[in-house]
Amino acid sequence: MSAQTLTFASHVHHVHHAARSETPWVRRSLTAAALVFLALFLLMPLALVFVQAFAKGWETYVSALMDPMALAAVKLTLLVTLIAVPLNTVFGVAAAWAIAKFEFPGKNLLTTLIDLPFSVSPVVSGLIYVLLFGMQGWLGPWLAEHDIKLIFAVPGIVLATIFVTVPFVARELIPLMQAQGNDEEEAALVLGASGWQTFRHITLPNIRWGLLYGVILCNARAMGEFGAVSVVSGHIRGATNTIPLHVEILYNEYNSAAAFAVASLLAMLALVTLALKSALEWRLARQIDADKDEE
Amino acid sequence: MSIEIRNITKSFGSFQALKGIDLTISSGELVALLGPSGCGKTTLLRIIAGLEAADSGQILFHGEDTTHRHVRERQVGFVFQHYALFRHMTVFENIAFGLRVRPRAQRPPETEIRRRVHELLELVQLDWLADRYPGQLSGGQRQRIALARALAVEPKVLLLDEPFGALDAKVRKDLRRWLRRLHDELHITSVFVTHDQEEALEVADRVVVLNSGQIEQVGSADEVYDHPATPFVCQFIGDVNLFHGRVSDGRAHIGDTVLALPGTAESDAEQALFFARPHEIEIGGNGEGIGAIVRDIRRRGNAVRVELERKDGQGAVEAELSREAFGRYAIKHGDEVVIQPSRIRVFQH
Amino acid sequence: MRLYRQHSVLPGFPLALGFTLLYLSLIVLVPLSATFLKSATLGWDGFFEAVTTPRVLASYKLTFGAALAAAAINAIMGLLVAWVLVRYEFPGRKLADAFVDLPFALPTAVAGIALATLYSSKGWVGQFAAQVGFKIAFTSLGVTIALTFIGLPFVVRTVQPILEDLEKELEEAAASLGATRWQTFLKVILPTLSPALMTGFALAFARGVGEYGSVIFIAGNIPLVSEITPLLIITKLEQYDYAGATALAVSMLLVSFTLLLAINLLQWWTQNRRGSRI
Repeated sequence: MSAQTLTFASHVHHVHHAARSETPWVRRSLTAAALVFLALFLLMPLALVFVQAFAKGWETYVSALMDPMALAAVKLTLLVTLIAVPLNTVFGVAAAWAIAKFEFPGKNLLTTLIDLPFSVSPVVSGLIYVLLFGMQGWLGPWLAEHDIKLIFAVPGIVLATIFVTVPFVARELIPLMQAQGNDEEEAALVLGASGWQTFRHITLPNIRWGLLYGVILCNARAMGEFGAVSVVSGHIRGATNTIPLHVEILYNEYNSAAAFAVASLLAMLALVTLALKSALEWRLARQIDADKDEE
Repeated sequence: MSIEIRNITKSFGSFQALKGIDLTISSGELVALLGPSGCGKTTLLRIIAGLEAADSGQILFHGEDTTHRHVRERQVGFVFQHYALFRHMTVFENIAFGLRVRPRAQRPPETEIRRRVHELLELVQLDWLADRYPGQLSGGQRQRIALARALAVEPKVLLLDEPFGALDAKVRKDLRRWLRRLHDELHITSVFVTHDQEEALEVADRVVVLNSGQIEQVGSADEVYDHPATPFVCQFIGDVNLFHGRVSDGRAHIGDTVLALPGTAESDAEQALFFARPHEIEIGGNGEGIGAIVRDIRRRGNAVRVELERKDGQGAVEAELSREAFGRYAIKHGDEVVIQPSRIRVFQH
Repeated sequence: MRLYRQHSVLPGFPLALGFTLLYLSLIVLVPLSATFLKSATLGWDGFFEAVTTPRVLASYKLTFGAALAAAAINAIMGLLVAWVLVRYEFPGRKLADAFVDLPFALPTAVAGIALATLYSSKGWVGQFAAQVGFKIAFTSLGVTIALTFIGLPFVVRTVQPILEDLEKELEEAAASLGATRWQTFLKVILPTLSPALMTGFALAFARGVGEYGSVIFIAGNIPLVSEITPLLIITKLEQYDYAGATALAVSMLLVSFTLLLAINLLQWWTQNRRGSRI
């Protein structure tokens, strides 16, 4: 009897320590397994991009980037991004304003529709525009008659890029604006502010970090989109090649060093995106804490 | 400025929030809209402010129809339940906001804005917080800043939605008195919403009791407490004991007991409700009254609360006695006693 | 319920909703509908024939099989990564956490050529596999690896917040009732996480089915062996087989929409569970 009590006591003691944590040995093994997995699957491909980019030295690297075709690709990517991101930002703010601040039937359906492009294969995203504006498409013959070229031209690339990046800003803003409610906007209106003043001085400052977060993600995808753009581009060097398409061409020509050199630009974009994203997440977490505090 | 509310109705989907509200608030009055949650009091306040549109009816400010005027032009001050301070602005900027967003022609010069904001900060006794952000303030401080912000635009009407709802008991009591003093100083027509009857009775000149979208009674604190117009008001304001029975020959029949109804001339009724507050219940030894058994005795400061169970199985009765009276009756747990209301309110079905 | 919005004093509703609907219609709805209409011109038999040729069937098998395998790997490894990131302190934890999103941020073409080089028979990893007789690049194994890369963040990022919010009292209660740590994990923690884990699995699977850029380089695109469905669409397009491409696209869209519906239901379930816990 006394022995039983004793073991029970020691068991309780043990439980107290281990209630929510594993033994150090298990902990270390799990951590190691997770880190090895991350290193193998994430870190190594990234490291390889930079190693391969410089495999043939600095000069090859620089000349790959300075190649007129590479520069043209960079220019096109910037142009496409400069059109797609602002448009989707305006769309995201408008959609979030309507969905988060008002009640109307079909709201959930609309929210799902906004997310729809995320679940469509990039290739299909490009194809739908070919089927609409291409020679075999619904509007193709009419466009050809009027000498308007959308597919295998820059407008098609812009459209496909907009399609795949539609949800980014809206899906960041909707939950944020819903959580913030309408009180502050109502308070501003009672104090005599106009609709625009209310948006400019109250709503916009409150959503700025979430907005920036969405814009950064939208930007990264717009610059890096490959599948959708590949379908509508027509791969005309120096004219309809974006950076990712240029990387593909170089790689398929077995010009690996140049391909990775240009790819390293996109990899750096990814790293900057990740850094900004982490910084913003920290800010957003702080803001959400502060909001909670005010309730 | 007076406020006239004419036959206001409002529904949310199939839920009727307000069922025809008529109310006149005279200039300089401090009125409480009192009722349980879901009674429509906040909706009514938001309709007065113009934050919500009524389905039908009119709102008149100083005799002028403002029903279709935008909230921006109504010149009301509104204090939100959770304050709605602009979290990215300092206290100073929060209070100055209403002045800064005015069209250029009406906007006071910067020096004037500064002067006004500091004046208001002094009024709410928080001048030293001008550079803080709302997140750095306590609940009571936020409340006062929200009030200062609302007053900055010199509103003709001040509307407060559960102004003390989110504060702890001690701060709430202080702020109540402070609001009352402030109103006596400024004399702005003010309406506040509360579910706390004590708060309404203590602060307001007049209390409007609302229940499921309708006004039950309008009156001074004494009126609604002493002369409740409906059974709801009687039960909602203050503790009360309820007895079911009938009236005949001008006397109350509760169970087997017959009680006189002094001072009232009630016509006969098959079904009637009788109300008596705990302090109006007298406990006597002699025959006349409702038989009951003492179940619990609790001392509360200078008063003693006695819980009794009616012998006819019709529920519990609560009595409140002074210590003195309690000593006189010398009752203890389990005693069989007879209770008589010294005052009784009758409502007929 | 009313058929129009509840009155609100906030301005801009007609403008905001109008712009949203117009934009979505022009960019998303009209092109998608046009695709469905186009496939209707094929007729049912033509459509059915186009989406069931042996080459197409082989691509389905590969695409769905690899996506399923990758999602399963991610469900396990993603849970492990999320667990370690939430529960344990170790140097570089924040960095590792930020890194999980790399597949979201890295353009797929870059991931594609990097993975193809890494797992080729001369690559950093591929050469060791080759020594023990494993071929990764140009096989379904390569496709699975690429889809694992692309799908990992979906599982980690859906499981992580649930794991963070997990009440510690639950585990303490289980421990106080005499459960071992492993029993607690299996019977208390895992069931709580399972809706999120399934959502993450479904998201990773949906992404994998449609993935193109990160796969095509490592896959080598050998017909009947390592050709994924999205690539087959492009091949048909390049051969001016618009009808075939459309039919395949529609079959993929139908799969996407079904998955989207399933994911929405799962997320709704997850949220309900989270909500009702309070």
